[in-house]
Amino acid sequence: MSNQFWMIWPDNVMASALILFVIAMPFLYAARKLVHDLLRSAGHMVGGPLRLGARWLFATAHDMKERNKAVLLAHGREETGQHIEREFERISAMVTRDLEGYPALQRKLLEEITRVEEDYKKCGEVPPPPPEWVEAITAIARIKSDGNEMVQRLLEEIKRSVEGIHAKTLGEYRRAYESRHKILNGFMPFWRSLDKTFGQVDKKLTGLQDTSSKIDAQMEKYEQISKKTDRVEHQLTVSAFTQFAISALVLLIAFGGAVVNFKLIALPFSEMVGAGDYLTATLRMSDVAALVIIFLEATMGLFVMECLRITHLFPLISNMSEQMRRRMLWTALVFLVVFATIEAGLALMRDMLAADKQALIQSLATTQQALPPDPLLRMIPTTAQMVLGFFLPFALAFVAVPLESFIYSLRTVGGSVVVMLVRVAGFLLRVLGNVVRYLCKVLIALYDVTIVLPLLIERVVKASRSGDEESRESRPMKKAA
Amino acid sequence: MVKRLLLALLLALPLLSCTDQRSHSQAVYMLIDTSGTYAQEVGKAQKIINYLLGTLQSGDSLAVARVRTRSFSEKDIIAKVTFDNRPSQANAQKRAFRDQIDVFVKSVGGSAYTDITGGLIQGGMFLKETGSGRKTILIFSDMQEELDKVTIRDFPIDLKDIRVVALNVVKLKTDNVDPRRYMGRLEAWQKRVEKAGASEWIIINDIEHLDRMLQS
Repeated sequence: MSNQFWMIWPDNVMASALILFVIAMPFLYAARKLVHDLLRSAGHMVGGPLRLGARWLFATAHDMKERNKAVLLAHGREETGQHIEREFERISAMVTRDLEGYPALQRKLLEEITRVEEDYKKCGEVPPPPPEWVEAITAIARIKSDGNEMVQRLLEEIKRSVEGIHAKTLGEYRRAYESRHKILNGFMPFWRSLDKTFGQVDKKLTGLQDTSSKIDAQMEKYEQISKKTDRVEHQLTVSAFTQFAISALVLLIAFGGAVVNFKLIALPFSEMVGAGDYLTATLRMSDVAALVIIFLEATMGLFVMECLRITHLFPLISNMSEQMRRRMLWTALVFLVVFATIEAGLALMRDMLAADKQALIQSLATTQQALPPDPLLRMIPTTAQMVLGFFLPFALAFVAVPLESFIYSLRTVGGSVVVMLVRVAGFLLRVLGNVVRYLCKVLIALYDVTIVLPLLIERVVKASRSGDEESRESRPMKKAA
Repeated sequence: MVKRLLLALLLALPLLSCTDQRSHSQAVYMLIDTSGTYAQEVGKAQKIINYLLGTLQSGDSLAVARVRTRSFSEKDIIAKVTFDNRPSQANAQKRAFRDQIDVFVKSVGGSAYTDITGGLIQGGMFLKETGSGRKTILIFSDMQEELDKVTIRDFPIDLKDIRVVALNVVKLKTDNVDPRRYMGRLEAWQKRVEKAGASEWIIINDIEHLDRMLQS
């Protein structure tokens, strides 16, 4: 009954509500302006800060985008610069290497050309012309014999000796041609050598041309980065996303390797530091010790990569003097080898412990003693574990390369994601602000709908008043007329 | 550079010393009923002990005691051990423990009465001494307590924070006649154990369920 106290007409909700509404209507009409003001103020109070927040978020997102762009371009410029530098180094090495041998090559070429020329000249030498007495013989041959036996015999004698001389001269002529053919035949290796030498020169020049075209492409990219074009920004962003995905994948694989490594050394570590000590409720000290060893190995690998200038995570290391850097490289390598050896030992220990536990469980489960396993079968997993234990630290050392890519690309990817999130938050705030603003307008309209009756009366009264005023205004005009 | 490194190491030392001081080990006290015909079930008890030896880790404690006419005595503890922190030593201890149990199983004889309460009091005291994080009493018995006229056990006992597990609670001939006796017996034990402050009361007749219980 208590919830029916407002009912003017007992047991009739509709009628009671209607009567109350009719009673309240004049008051609602009277308070119309105030309520309108109140709703408008409430709308401004809630919607204003929301819109302001949205504007601030958009501005922040814009600033962040600009900052991200600056960082991205700076990183891209640095990377392209390094690339160009490396290409120049390559060209320099190529030029030094090839031009160093160029004088020798040139000398060889000149020698070969001179020799070919000489040989050619030799080829051009013709056999000596027939002796002058040939003309004399020709004159004798014109003498008419007229059946004179003396002349006949003389001519026959001359013919015989001429034929002999002719055969001799022909033989000499043939020999001369033969020797020239031999000289020409001797050209072949020189031509081949010349062809080979020119081929080498061509290959080197093509390589140089390729490298210079690469430099051209990088230079173009560098210029675009300097001009801060949108195209290059897009290119760099896409490249960063690709790098991020690839490095994340490789790191994931490396994580798998680290887990295997952890499994290899966690149990033997419990033999050293005890299995009953806990760092937290679920984290054993032996597990932590094993993890520390793995992290140390990864760190040493990182230092090795830094010292080899493969990665550039620590400027301090790359700025070190050559001697200091070499010392550090050897120190890190020695540590890595020591850790790898320790791990191999731990892997062996793990195998022994696992075998011991297995034997114990077997003896607890069965009454009769089980046969010892085949030594060869036992040896294979033991050796495999030891080899794994030794080589996994070295494999982990290479994590530094994807780690560097991951860290650098994370800045771009993370920045883009944050900008996107800020924009989404700004958009939501703006939508919310508009919703509040229009909600207030809807409420004002709804309020007017509830008091539509007094508003109609007001309109009628106003209309009649304006009619009276118009008639009052027209009356003096008529009088004046 | 080296100075900075040393300073960082010095700062990291307190962090390393902040180990979790709570005990993460568990202690198990197993009572084996050797009274009357139940002594024949000792082979099953041996399997459970072997299972426990295979399950318990370094730092855990295990004690096996028998339930006889009067069981509130250290002499009734057949074997007890706290496993070494080094797994290899713990394995050696487990082998020695198993040998002790083997000897007991071969020489076990039935007793006239069954003093489960005395064994529980003794077990509770042992477990508190170990200071383990999880304490469990396993009662391998039909839970039919029979005391001689002199032995007094009708007083409140203290089993605070101890989990009590009744194993292999076989049905007696009289239980087959009237199953309410069996239910009533278990209910009475549950009330008594819970009144003593035990954290849990569990009945396990299928030994395979013991695995889940110990891991929880």
